[in-house]
Amino acid sequence: MPMQPLRSMPPCGIVGPPAMKLGIVKEVRPDERRVAVSPPTVARLVKAGWEVVVEREAGEKASFPDREYVAAGATMVDADAAWKADVVVKVRPPQLDNGKSEADRMREGATLISFLFPAQNPELVAHLAARKISALAIDCIPRISRAQKVDALSSMANIAGYRAVVEAANRFGSFFTGQFTAAGKVPPAKVLVIGAGVAGLAAIAAAKGMGAIVRAFDVRPSVADQIKSLGGEFLTVTVQESGEGQGGYAKEMSKEFIDAEMALFRAQAKDVNIVITTALIPGKPAPKLWLTDMVEMMKPGSVVVDLAAENGGNCELTKPGEAVVHHGVTIIGYTDMASRMANVASDLYGTNLWHLLDEMGGAAGYKIDLDNDIVRGSLVLEKGEKRWPPPPPKKVDPEVKQSREGTVPPAAVAAPPKAEAAKKGHGHGAAPAKQLPGSFLVGLLFAFAAAFFGVRYGTSVANLSPETADLLQRLTVFVLAVFVGWQVIWNVSPALHTPLMSVTNAISGIIVVGGLLGGSGELGTASGVAVAAILFATINIVGGFWVTRRMLAMFRK
Amino acid sequence: MLELPIITFAYLVAAVLFILSLRGLSSQETARRGNVFGMVGMAIAIVATLTIPHLDPNPALAGSILVGAAIGGVLAARVGMTQMPELVALLHSFVGLAAVLVGYSVELHTHGEAGAIEHVEVYIDVLIGALTFTGSVLAFLKLRGSVSGKPMLLPGRHAANLIMLIASVVLAYLYVHEGALWPLAAGTAIACVLGVHLVAAIGGADMPVVVSMLNSYSGWTAAAAGFMLRNNLLIVTGALVGSSGAILSYIMCRAMNRSIWNVIFGGFGAEAPKPAAGAPAAPQGDVQDIDHATLAHKLLDAKSIIIVPGYGMAVARAQHAVRELTEILRGHGKEVRFAIHPVAGRLPGHMNVLLAEANVPYDIVLEMDEINADFPTTDVVIVIGANDIVNPAAEDDPSSPIAGMPVLQVWKSKLVVVNKRSRATGYAGIDNPLFYKPVTRMLFGDARDAVEKVVAALRAQ
Repeated sequence: MPMQPLRSMPPCGIVGPPAMKLGIVKEVRPDERRVAVSPPTVARLVKAGWEVVVEREAGEKASFPDREYVAAGATMVDADAAWKADVVVKVRPPQLDNGKSEADRMREGATLISFLFPAQNPELVAHLAARKISALAIDCIPRISRAQKVDALSSMANIAGYRAVVEAANRFGSFFTGQFTAAGKVPPAKVLVIGAGVAGLAAIAAAKGMGAIVRAFDVRPSVADQIKSLGGEFLTVTVQESGEGQGGYAKEMSKEFIDAEMALFRAQAKDVNIVITTALIPGKPAPKLWLTDMVEMMKPGSVVVDLAAENGGNCELTKPGEAVVHHGVTIIGYTDMASRMANVASDLYGTNLWHLLDEMGGAAGYKIDLDNDIVRGSLVLEKGEKRWPPPPPKKVDPEVKQSREGTVPPAAVAAPPKAEAAKKGHGHGAAPAKQLPGSFLVGLLFAFAAAFFGVRYGTSVANLSPETADLLQRLTVFVLAVFVGWQVIWNVSPALHTPLMSVTNAISGIIVVGGLLGGSGELGTASGVAVAAILFATINIVGGFWVTRRMLAMFRK
Repeated sequence: MLELPIITFAYLVAAVLFILSLRGLSSQETARRGNVFGMVGMAIAIVATLTIPHLDPNPALAGSILVGAAIGGVLAARVGMTQMPELVALLHSFVGLAAVLVGYSVELHTHGEAGAIEHVEVYIDVLIGALTFTGSVLAFLKLRGSVSGKPMLLPGRHAANLIMLIASVVLAYLYVHEGALWPLAAGTAIACVLGVHLVAAIGGADMPVVVSMLNSYSGWTAAAAGFMLRNNLLIVTGALVGSSGAILSYIMCRAMNRSIWNVIFGGFGAEAPKPAAGAPAAPQGDVQDIDHATLAHKLLDAKSIIIVPGYGMAVARAQHAVRELTEILRGHGKEVRFAIHPVAGRLPGHMNVLLAEANVPYDIVLEMDEINADFPTTDVVIVIGANDIVNPAAEDDPSSPIAGMPVLQVWKSKLVVVNKRSRATGYAGIDNPLFYKPVTRMLFGDARDAVEKVVAALRAQ
């Protein structure tokens, strides 16, 4: 980031463009302890040329006192002044109350960056649009690898996953780790994590770190390795269906799958002490996965932590924002998990914002660049014009998804060798295709030419007879088909050579067509011989295809 | 032959489906669909042919189709995966036989009244068909063990081949000009002998190449029949199969660092004198044995394990025991992978099919190129019934008959355990210096028996 000291402190007499003013406002929701930017990040912003104004006591609840902001180079102001900045950053979406909003304090044409959830908050978006605000929703950052540094949803989910374990431990009346004491043996706690996204993986790591036995369930088979790499046991159901949806999120599953899933959960309910649910389907209410009867099956003293509480909850008994006790089981539905670790959450969120502002050109080159896919993805309003939803993103490649889902290095490391091997395998097949056709091609052309002249002069006809022309046409077809076969076969994986052979075997039974042509009509010696040919060819066709089927059915991943 | 537009179109669809079928087999994910494409294509081809207007189907056609389908279905359903090479060879022979019969049928239909081109076409079709037929039958018998797998090398066999070739050209001339049946019959007989002779000269270890060569021949046969019958579908399909078989043969040969001509005409050991004479390089020494319990211990201490299966595993039907071993080791958190040499077994891809039958996940079954670099970091390598494909002489000893053949470099790992039935040499008939290396331990005995004992020892611990 180039230093732009002149901008923030214009020398007398020279009228430069005024410095971009960034306002950090205090969160008004009672249970929100976070602040958008922490003092260390303020220092970076100031150094990068931003004029930073912070509402007084904005960071108080996150243990960032005003004096630290001042030390970092910010100016402490009252709420109005902070809201009047060119760019206002905060955590929660602006509160909407009886048609009035916090955001009404903003200047027309200014920019707001915060969580917005535009799909869930259409009134708020309309309200902001009326004020000609430009709004960027930090929750709409596209899921591409370049955007990971901006991805506040992930950084908050990571904190929430960790905190869920801490909250569970707080309510749970026993050790997480198994212990042998003079007074007797204590078995380790058993933790079930449902949904192994960023939050779920963080929960697995935290629970494992405390010594519990951790199991994790997810509808996406691809996360199995990530779960195992953290020491968790991957639970799955036997119905064949992948829950992999667009952009690495889960999708909704079929009835059959859900039944199997429920049966698995009921079996687990009797065994586990802690359940942490994190299942979310984008744009839909959270799926109900942990039903009342499952809670009732759990041992008294057990704890359910529902991280999907804000979207309605995965547990039927969840009361968003509260901890309730049902049949001796505590069900925690806090919606402010990240806020309960406000200090680190503010720090990480601020860093995400810093990277987003950097993407937008920093203080010097600040603009809303529609060609930047991170900015375009999160842009909800541009000067009051609706820009959301963005055009569909380019295809998310699996590698990106891998790194995004696997916040955990082992899983990310496990992926590349395979991709490399696949590439190598491909190269292995493709290379010889290049070196071979040379001689082969020459041979074929030679044969073709020989046939051409041989037929011409052999029949000593000056002009091509229809018969010869016919033959040449068939030769053309033949040579073309050889080439097609040549091109197609090089890509066959060596593991499939046997099935390939049996399938080509079956296909060469096409000679049956010859038998059919010759064997029709009245039965005589000639057609009798052809009928025998049909018999053998059919053995070949049926036998070949059938045995290929059998073989292929055996290959499994 | 008269082809209505609709039939031409149906043939085109069938041909495209066959191409898609072969293409589908390029990966496990699409392979099943590929097979279905093939079946649909075949059904379309048969139905379209039967609806050719001047064709007059009689009950015998339906009868032979039904009987053939029944026999084929039973064969395919009953065959064990270890017998796959035999079945494939047998099916090739049927294509050859069918082509011969179709050729004769055409000859009998036309009664020598056809033109020169037709005669040439019939002659070529019948000859390739006959060669495929007898060659495949012998390959079948060899693979089944009814005939010895050792190459039969007659003195002056190249001359014999040449004479037979010239004789068939002369007979072709006679057939075309005289229009009589006898030169065709004589040509067929010569082709039959040629087929036997060619395959007889090829040794057991080269069987994968032979089988894929025969696969190729069966395709060319169908293409020749297409020329004869003026049928584009036969030409296209035959050419597809023919080139596919040719590529497979080429891949196999490359895996053995031999030229295809050497395999087809040479017979193994034709250039290299009997390696028994190559005493200087033969590393005589003591082999060290290992027992099942010690191996089990070593496996439990290991982190990464590679299993190298060979024909011995197929013969002993040890794939299920191997799967069990794999599961136990994976259950202990070991990294277990399989290294497959391109010519392991008696059929291209033979090992993959066997392991798949035993339910070994295919993503831990790797090709030589993918895994060869990993041997130095591997703790234990278990070689089950393989010999030549792990022979270091291929790399170290220029006088070895298999010199230059790419092999799995198992000796670079920390411990190699070789399971063999006996101290005998492999199919190539050469000694294996691997057995005398300090990192190598021998586990003699039948593959299935040995692996089952190791499994039992693992369970006991």
